[in-house]
Amino acid sequence: MNSHSADRKITIQLEINKERYERDILASDILLDVLRDKIGLTGAKPGCLNGDCGACTVIMNKQPMKSCLMLAIEAIDSEILTIEGLKNTPIQRAFVEHFAFQCGYCTSGFIMICQALLLNDRNPSPEKIETWLSSNICRCTGYKEIEKAIYSVIELLNIKNQTNQ
Amino acid sequence: MLPYNFDYYKPQSIKEAIELYQLLKLQEKKPMYYGGGTEVLTLGRLNFIYTDAIIDLKGIPECNAFGFKHQELIIGSTLSLRAIEENRLFPLLADTSKEVADYTSRNKITIGGNICGQIFYRESVLPFLLSDSTVIIAGPKGTRKEFINEVFHKELRLDEGEFLVQIVTEKDYLKAKHISVKKRQQWKTGYPLLTVASLKKEGFIRFAFSGVCPYPFRSIQMENKLNDKSLSFKDRILTSFEFLPTPVLNDIEGSNEYRLFVLENTLSYILSYIGGEEHE
Repeated sequence: MNSHSADRKITIQLEINKERYERDILASDILLDVLRDKIGLTGAKPGCLNGDCGACTVIMNKQPMKSCLMLAIEAIDSEILTIEGLKNTPIQRAFVEHFAFQCGYCTSGFIMICQALLLNDRNPSPEKIETWLSSNICRCTGYKEIEKAIYSVIELLNIKNQTNQ
Repeated sequence: MLPYNFDYYKPQSIKEAIELYQLLKLQEKKPMYYGGGTEVLTLGRLNFIYTDAIIDLKGIPECNAFGFKHQELIIGSTLSLRAIEENRLFPLLADTSKEVADYTSRNKITIGGNICGQIFYRESVLPFLLSDSTVIIAGPKGTRKEFINEVFHKELRLDEGEFLVQIVTEKDYLKAKHISVKKRQQWKTGYPLLTVASLKKEGFIRFAFSGVCPYPFRSIQMENKLNDKSLSFKDRILTSFEFLPTPVLNDIEGSNEYRLFVLENTLSYILSYIGGEEHE
């Protein structure tokens, strides 16, 4: 049985963006706080801290996860991907090209949910896109631009797929 | 950040979890079983929940079961709602649970957590109430199997130190005609106004409700009225309201009058969809 006392810090290893990080944490530390305050990866944003807004979304084992709803200790042995791991990816470029942001606070979360969707399905249906994107909230209501961004990447992936066949 | 720290344990067996709970109680701690933990973390941040020892059930094989054994579907309590939604072994459950929160959150929310949680919607229980499912509950006195309709009254009645291990549903119910309707006042993933799940078995339509009252429920008296083929749909629905538990919710999501208005329309739609055979 894994057990960790509240009275002392524990050393954990996390695999984030294909790099290993070793940090001392408390059993009650939230993954979002560990990413931001102990590792310095500040791309995941603290928004509602209630699992509603999706600004803190990361990808764990290819699935989107709200890092505010997870203990860091639960993330041991998982492959974590944060927005910092998506440099120069098609989805990041698509958000810039389609101006899929306004204030930008929600953007990293939106990019992560789009990336997670594309990791799971290279040609998602409009209904599936709507379902997945509804996990995230943009108060500037830039939803149409975000949709355009993801559709442009789907088109790009399909063109690449056809070229490779 | 949570305002307090806690011990964290991840037992690998039911026995280990139960013994641990008892040991922690002897040490005068406040242990809490933990599935997805979404409610523990969100309410914990607000100091609405306090624990100094988390017992994470996700390492227990029985709690992760998902599949058929003989003529029954076994669903482990720590399965995520997303797993249930995508595998669709129990279509009514998949249709109901896919409306809980949002896709990303459903990766973390577990079926056991949704049924046993403090939030009063607990919609995932509705299909089990309708299908006369049984629950496997483990505790200091051993493991017991109970009909969910006998142990779920407003909430799952668990004794001190007990936790939900599995929910078992007979195969016959999985293919029954069904529908689940969730109504929100606004927005796609907001809190619900109400949810009604319905299943037709041997010509009789069963109904279970969430969001109407401050707890989920199935009412046999309401079902009898709603199945009364001598009445029009409208009369069936209005007479069934006489058996609604009170109080009907009256909160920021909707007034009690508005809820009843939406409930009437929802039931009318369900009766039409599922084949209520309206009297002419």
